[in-house]
Amino acid sequence: MVDQKVYLKGLELRNPVITASGTFGFGEEFTDFMDLSRIGCIVVKGTTIRHREGNPYPRMAETASGMLNAVGLQNKGVKYFAENIYPRIKDFDTNVLVNVSGSTIEDYVDTAEIIQQLDQIPAIELNISCPNVKQGGMTFGTTTKGASQVVEAVRKVYKKHLMVKLTPNVTDITEIARAVEAAGADSVSLINTLLGMAINAEKRRPVLSTVTGGLSGACVKPIALRMVWQTANAVKIPVIGLGGISSAEDAIEFLLAGASAIQVGTANFIDPAITPKIAAGIVDYCERHGFKSVRELTGALIIDGDGTDCRR
Amino acid sequence: MQKAASFILDLELTEKLSLNSQYVLMKFRGVEQFPPIKPGQFAQIRIDGSPTTYLRRPFSINFVDTELNELWILVQIVGDGTKALSKAQVGTQINMILPLGNGFSMPLSNERVLLIGGGVGVAPLLMLGKVLHDQEIPVTFLLGARSASDLLELDLFAEYGMVFTTTEDGSKGEKGYVTQHSLLNTDVFRKIYTCGPKPMMQAVSNYAKHHGIDCEVSLENTMACGIGVCLCCVENTREGHVCVCKDGPVFNTNVLRW
Ligand SMILES: Cc1cc2nc3c(=O)[nH]c(=O)nc-3n(C[C@H](O)[C@H](O)[C@H](O)COP(=O)(O)OP(=O)(O)OC[C@H]3O[C@@H](n4cnc5c(N)ncnc54)[C@H](O)[C@@H]3O)c2cc1C
Ligand SMILES: Cc1cc2nc3c(=O)[nH]c(=O)nc-3n(C[C@H](O)[C@H](O)[C@H](O)COP(=O)(O)O)c2cc1C
Ligand code: FES
Repeated sequence: MVDQKVYLKGLELRNPVITASGTFGFGEEFTDFMDLSRIGCIVVKGTTIRHREGNPYPRMAETASGMLNAVGLQNKGVKYFAENIYPRIKDFDTNVLVNVSGSTIEDYVDTAEIIQQLDQIPAIELNISCPNVKQGGMTFGTTTKGASQVVEAVRKVYKKHLMVKLTPNVTDITEIARAVEAAGADSVSLINTLLGMAINAEKRRPVLSTVTGGLSGACVKPIALRMVWQTANAVKIPVIGLGGISSAEDAIEFLLAGASAIQVGTANFIDPAITPKIAAGIVDYCERHGFKSVRELTGALIIDGDGTDCRR
Repeated sequence: MQKAASFILDLELTEKLSLNSQYVLMKFRGVEQFPPIKPGQFAQIRIDGSPTTYLRRPFSINFVDTELNELWILVQIVGDGTKALSKAQVGTQINMILPLGNGFSMPLSNERVLLIGGGVGVAPLLMLGKVLHDQEIPVTFLLGARSASDLLELDLFAEYGMVFTTTEDGSKGEKGYVTQHSLLNTDVFRKIYTCGPKPMMQAVSNYAKHHGIDCEVSLENTMACGIGVCLCCVENTREGHVCVCKDGPVFNTNVLRW
């Protein structure tokens, strides 16, 4: 029997598989297809202090092995979540995390405080990395100063597990990771989407209403994997790896690179029942390779030679 | 309202009929009885063998034959995904999520209804016509296409109601667009259902509004998930941004900002 449990500073997951924010709704949409008790955690859609209508349609462009989105954090606001959605999902047989976004530090703090009141939400994922909103969002996540300010402010009021989601749209993600670690983050998750663009040449127009959008899906995996590996080597707090994970094999690669848990995003659209399959595949790998616990996979990558020449 | 369940199913492609160079009617058989499916609902089909097709593709359910346990999809070949799907061999298993979306609502009375379809937009109207016909509601179809060979499944439509047609080149029925058909000046309908190119649906919606007729349209916004989680397929309605895949694809025109 492989021990599948994962411990992230006060947050215990039955296995390392988490669903990524914005790709799993509120979990309810998936109960026709899979058993939520087979995964470690779900992260619900980005929530902000006030209702947001999001960006105009079109918001999606398919790309080679991926997609661009420009949803722009459409959501009904944290109060609506607390009053209407939380009661419906709080008794799910898995951990439910809320992804918190904002345009100002006060927004983040106020939203985190409201979520803190909800007993059955053991953690928040602070989204300082959304590329699809004009103010805030990613701008906090692209400088060490901005990132530590918002994390420090939220840390002061939020006592449960604080996961901080990082943007890949920076020169050196490890700097940002170290800054949020110093500011009190309990873990970091990465990556959010990569800023990209699509053009319809026939129409001579951009495909997305916002011109640029966030790239996700299988095509981003090598970049995400590299960033997870770099970050895991740079911080002591747990790293949650995501970006293009579409199979157990992909997930295992992230764990070997140093992730303590993984998230699955866009792949949920292609196979809504993929996450339990990934969890089962990780166990199978552990059995085949003689690992007694999935925790042993974290950072178990073997680099022949010392690898330093290519580390930077 | 409790939403009916959707399923991920592997269905066997049992028959493939080329209707013309652009359209293929694909028939699938399920191992078990299909779940209840309403007219206007759709399936998210996974397309294998097309490297440029990453996401599933949405297709209306054209018809369900409960006796044969057959489900029909009418495919217009427009890009790589639809091309690859149309090339699938009879006997292969195709992965679908279904049924998705809300479907058309049934009329409140037994008065005459008009079903207006354009191009591949006729797809959901066949099943709708059958269900209405089974409920003894008098059905009239008004189907438009570029030319005679693009008018699809006419003999099948004729089983469930009166069929009128228009073609842009005048090769069959009246020449012009569906909204120019003389029927619209002579006959009275209590409800209109429409699916087709957006400009056509907007013209139909204007006609309906002008005559005070209740009208439902089936939208085809580009989708990623098809199950209401990505928020990519939104339509900006009077109630704000709503998901076409979950709150639609069928909308009463009085909630649209058309
Ligand atoms: C609810 C719903 C029901 C549909 N029912 C049917 C049906 O019964 N039969 C059928 O043939 N098609 C139907 N469509 C349209 C079908 O999904 C698209 O034609 C298909 O996704 C195109 O895929 P592709 O890879 O061949 O083309 P792509 O290479 O993706 O695109 C080729 C062209 O098709 C357009 N296109 C792509 N996706 C869509 C879309 N979702 N809606 C409209 N245009 C699109 C693109 O803008 C482009 O011009 C439906 C769409 C929706 C949303
Ligand atoms: C449609 C869509 C909506 C998303 N919404 C959010 C969001 O609200 N908050 C967030 O932190 N990340 C959001 N993301 C980013 C994903 O959680 C994830 O970081 C990214 O897609 C990379 O993982 P993937 O390649 O597995 O999808 C969204 C992604 C997609 C595709
Ligand atoms: S396609 Fe994802 S919400 Fe409609």
